[in-house]
Formats: sequence, structure tokens, C-alpha cells
Amino acid sequence: MRKHLFEGLARTPLTERPPEASRTAIEELARALDGAARKRLGRSLSIRAVDAGSCNGCELEMHALSNAFYDVERFGIRFVASPRHADVLLVTGPVTKNMREALKRTYDATPAPKWVVAIGDCAKDGGCFAGSYAVVGGVSEVLPVDLHIPGCPPPPIEILKGLLGLLEGVNSKAGVLPD
Amino acid sequence: MPALIDLILAGERVDNHFPWARAVVAPKMWSFAVEQLVEGHWGLLGLWGEPGVVHMALLDESARDIGVVSLVCPDGRYPSVGRRHPPALRLERAAADLFGLLPQGAPDTRRWLDHGQWGVSYPLGTQRTFSPTASPYHFLPAEGASLHQIPVGPVHAGIIEPGHFRFTASGETVVRLEERLGYAHKGIEGLMAGSDIDSAAKLAGRISGDSTVAYSLAFARAVEAALGVEVPPRAVWLRALMAELERLANHVGDIGAICNDASFSLMHAHCGVLRERVLRASDAAFGHRLMRDRIVPGGVASFLSDEGTTAIWSLIAQIRQRFPALVELYDNTASLQDRTVATGRLRVELARQYRAGGYVGRASGRDFDARRGLAYPPYGELTFDVPLLQEGDVNARVWVRIHEVEQSLSLIEQILRQLPDGPIRIDFAQTGGPYEGMALVEGFRGDILAWLRIGKSGIVERCHLRDPSWFQWPLLEAAIEGNIVADFPLCNKSFNCSYSGHDL
Repeated sequence: MRKHLFEGLARTPLTERPPEASRTAIEELARALDGAARKRLGRSLSIRAVDAGSCNGCELEMHALSNAFYDVERFGIRFVASPRHADVLLVTGPVTKNMREALKRTYDATPAPKWVVAIGDCAKDGGCFAGSYAVVGGVSEVLPVDLHIPGCPPPPIEILKGLLGLLEGVNSKAGVLPD
Repeated sequence: MPALIDLILAGERVDNHFPWARAVVAPKMWSFAVEQLVEGHWGLLGLWGEPGVVHMALLDESARDIGVVSLVCPDGRYPSVGRRHPPALRLERAAADLFGLLPQGAPDTRRWLDHGQWGVSYPLGTQRTFSPTASPYHFLPAEGASLHQIPVGPVHAGIIEPGHFRFTASGETVVRLEERLGYAHKGIEGLMAGSDIDSAAKLAGRISGDSTVAYSLAFARAVEAALGVEVPPRAVWLRALMAELERLANHVGDIGAICNDASFSLMHAHCGVLRERVLRASDAAFGHRLMRDRIVPGGVASFLSDEGTTAIWSLIAQIRQRFPALVELYDNTASLQDRTVATGRLRVELARQYRAGGYVGRASGRDFDARRGLAYPPYGELTFDVPLLQEGDVNARVWVRIHEVEQSLSLIEQILRQLPDGPIRIDFAQTGGPYEGMALVEGFRGDILAWLRIGKSGIVERCHLRDPSWFQWPLLEAAIEGNIVADFPLCNKSFNCSYSGHDL
């Protein structure tokens, strides 16, 4: 193991330059966030992931955010194990009828201020699963959604851009968009 | 030992079912088939319903033959398979929920996918609307002094799919685990019925995100079998290339994630880098990190440019350079081995009875791999080993993955060297019908079964896809027994069953 650790010291880091925050995300969020909440959060976001019925594709790319290339924790963004610790619910999937109750309860267990980010095309409106007897539809059918990150699944860099937009939105002064 | 084909010949053979035969059989023959499953002569590949009909797919491993037997049951009642052969139990419960098909004599008649939330009963059979009276689910009892229950899920602590685990523990030791699944049920088979082939192919690629290539391949092969479509050689080889890249990405990811669940995050970090490199090379080669929608009925949707080929060669070189040191690290870290060796042991007999696929089966002595067993193209022209271990613990499931990574690297090299030129997709038209087709494809998790019927107008009338997890989830309940609760994440990750693929 020591060998691995020493080798790691000699290598250059894999972590890549941060992407620009998504403009659309920032604009969408400017509407969603009030000034008081922005001040309260500072520069960190605690995220609780909730799979409300996805195919698991979005989860794979959310996992990738923690690898050495994206290293999401350098931005103060971390995934937490309980909704009680969360500022943001990152919700994937078309919401299935069998998950609707659990999703609502997770939201109710999250202390305010809180935001909901819907990830993936089917979290928007049910995607190709819309209309099924077993599917409610997009996340907004069940919870108020503050930001939507499209893709099937969105690549980690797109999720990261959206989350950085969320952070910038949270940190910017009331009503003023960051340059 | 009776041959499967004799059973089919004794029944009423169905026309236009490819590439293997299907027969409508009498109840006596159905029961005979069940006895063969119980005796272990044949394996259960799947059990699914249609209104008034129940189908069962069987595998005769010695004859390398597959067959489907169908029992017509207008009143919705049929002799339970699960009563004699437990691997069928959850499949029967699912068919009961979706079609109202009632297995007679089944020991477990609780609902499985239907949680009382749909607003309808039997959505794919004769629908009945009902007022939602979500009745409590009765977990199987565990009795004894000082037992306590731990309910977990459906929302889990990590970035994980939804499902519920009910542990009964005596102190630290798990006495019984019972799973309750169905939370990710999206009604995919309902959406597929009546849709055109392209829409159904899209849905098939969204059944389980980590196996999107394998599912698209299974669906496409079933369509092509039904309609007699000959796929161009280059497409056949590109499909195998994608399938091996998907296997590689999932296996290196899993190896790291299993170690992470033993709190050894160093492996997780290094394996995460390798996985990311596989996804980036896949993106460079096929235009999508998970290669979603790249396999389509009739061929593939991306050509593979010279730059893509270079990206894959350089990926292989990188993994070949880095991976052996990680294997050595895994093998030489005593504190990690202390967690994985002898933990979550799955007995060889159970793996055989449930016909457990993938690394779960192959770590417990079940020597089956659809790529070799059925040698669907191009695997007949490729050289590879199917790793096999007997120990059945978490460690064995890690080692099977390690060996399969090595095999996939070699397969990718062979494919790149032999990749033929030519068209990558063929248009096909259909005359007549209905036609039925099926396919068995080896995903990273095990064999995926696809069965479908295409009507005269080119519309998918019925499609059933069976994830390998159907025969692995029940075994996790057995493997965890007697282990400590804290080892559950480790055992669970070493199985890495699919929720969405199972719930469908």
C-alpha cells in the first residue's frame, strides 16, 4: 500500500479545471432562491440523492462526480447519508407510484431552507416512461423543483455545472446574477 | 435424462418462434417440466405471463438447447412452479400482480411488484380499478428470544436504487433478511406492448442503466431472430466491443466499490479513475459514455472512427499498466482480506438451484456463461476463459470480477484486431407475422433473457425481459444469514443486483 501512496505523491493530479457554471442553471435558480437563504448556506452544499425510480444511469454519473477527475468535494459539495443533513435533494427518475410516498417523506424530513434538483430527462416529465400506469411523471408532480439538469443521463460535467450554478445562485447577492 | 426438445415435440409447436422452439403444452407436460427443474436436469430461464397464458423458458445445458413451454389457462389458474422449484416464486408473484395469473398451490401469494399504489389491479391483464387500500406488507416471521428488526429503505444512505431490506438480528448477527422490491417498477412491459420496434428498443436500453448495452443487445437479437434479420458482420463485432467495454467499466467500478464498503477507499479511488477512463474511451468511440441507444435492431448506430479505435487501444494500455498493481494491492492488504474472505458465503448447491448467473454463480461453482454456452456471434470466433471459483464468499466474487476484467481486456484486443469493414446497419421490412423471437445475452451481471412477439403491422405485441437479478436477489438473503449486520453493504455490493432491472 505504501508504494501506491508514494507513487501518488509523484504523479500530477488528475483533477480537472472547474467548468463554468451553467448559465441556464444560474438563471433558473435566481428565481428560486431568496436572499436570506443564500447567505445562510455559505459556500457548501449537502446533497441527499433520492432515486425515485430511475434506470440507475443518472446514479452512475452522480457517483462519477466523486472520482478524481471531478472531485466534487473541492467545491464544498458533498453527498450526505440522511435528508436531515441535506440542503439539496438530488432526485432522479420518473417518479414511480411505488416511490411517491417515500420521496415526499424524504422531502418532509429535510430541514428548510432546501432545494430540489431533478436530474435526467425522465425526472423532467417522465421521459419515455410517461403515461405508464406505474409512473406519476416528472419530479415536479410531487415536489417543487428548483433546478433541472437534462440528459440521459447527464454526463458528470453537466451535473457539476448545474450544481456550481446552484452554489453561485446561493452565494450571489439578492436578485443579482454573478458575471 | 430427457431432452428438452422431446418435451417441445410432445406439445403443440408454435409457428414462427425463433431461434428456439416454443410449444403449447398440456398441464401434465407442464408438471413434467417442473419435475425436470426440481431434479436439476433443466434450468429455469424465465417465467412470464400474457392474458390467459403462462410461459416458461427452459435451458437444457447439456444439449445447449433452449425452449419455451406455454400453458393456456383461461381462468387464470395454473399449477405453481414455485411450489416445487423456489426460484420461480417471485416471477410467479410478479405475473400474478401484472396479469392476474394465479399459481395454484404457491406457498407465497403476497403481492410483489404491486404495492397497492397503481390505482389498478392486473394492469396488463384484465384491468380492474380499485380503491387504494394499501394493506401492510407482512414480512416473514423470525421467532426467538431477543430478536430485533432493522428496517432499511426504500431510500438508502448512499447513491443507491430504491428497495427495502428487513433485517431480523440477534445482537450483531443477521438471523433473517427479507427483501421487498418493486419500488422502481415503471411498467416497462406495459409501455412496450403496442409500441413500434424503435420505441421499444429505447425502452429496453433504459431498463437498467449499467447494462444498457446488454439490454439493447438482447432486445435487438430477439427482434432479429423473430424477423430473420442478418446483421452485417461489422455491427456484430462492434456490439461485442461495446458489451466488453460495458463489462469492463462495471467490473472495475464494482471492485473499487466493494473495497470501499470495507472502508478501503484507496482501491475505490484508483478503480474510480479506471472506470472513468473506460467511460471516456466509450464516449470517444461511440459518442456516449454508457453507449446508450448505440445498439439498434438491425445493427449499430455508431461507426467507430480511427480516433475512437485509438482511444480504446490507449485505454487498454492504461488499464494493463495500472490494474495488476491494484490486484496486488487487494491481495496483499490483510485488513481488507479480513473483511472479504469467508464473508457472505453462497453455497454451491443454492447457486446451482437458482441458476445464478454472472460472478454470483461463477464464484459459487456454477460454470455458465452465455457467451460460451450459446457462443452467439462473434464469441464463437474469440478466445476467452470463463473464471470459476468454488468458495462463494465476497472475496471469490471480487476475484471472478478481476479475472473477467483480464478476459475482457483480451477480448477487446482480439475484437479490434479482427474487426471487419463494411456496413453497420441493415434496414429490414416485415411481411406477415406475427413472429416471435428470443435471445439470451451475457451482461456483466449475468444472462439477460429477452422474449417478444411482433405483430403483422410491425408493432411489439408483447415483450418480456428478465434481468439476472431475479435469480440473485433471493440468494443474497441466504448469503447474509449468520453474518453481522455491518457486513451487509459489503455482501450487497459484491452481488450488486439491479433494482430497476428487476422491478422493470
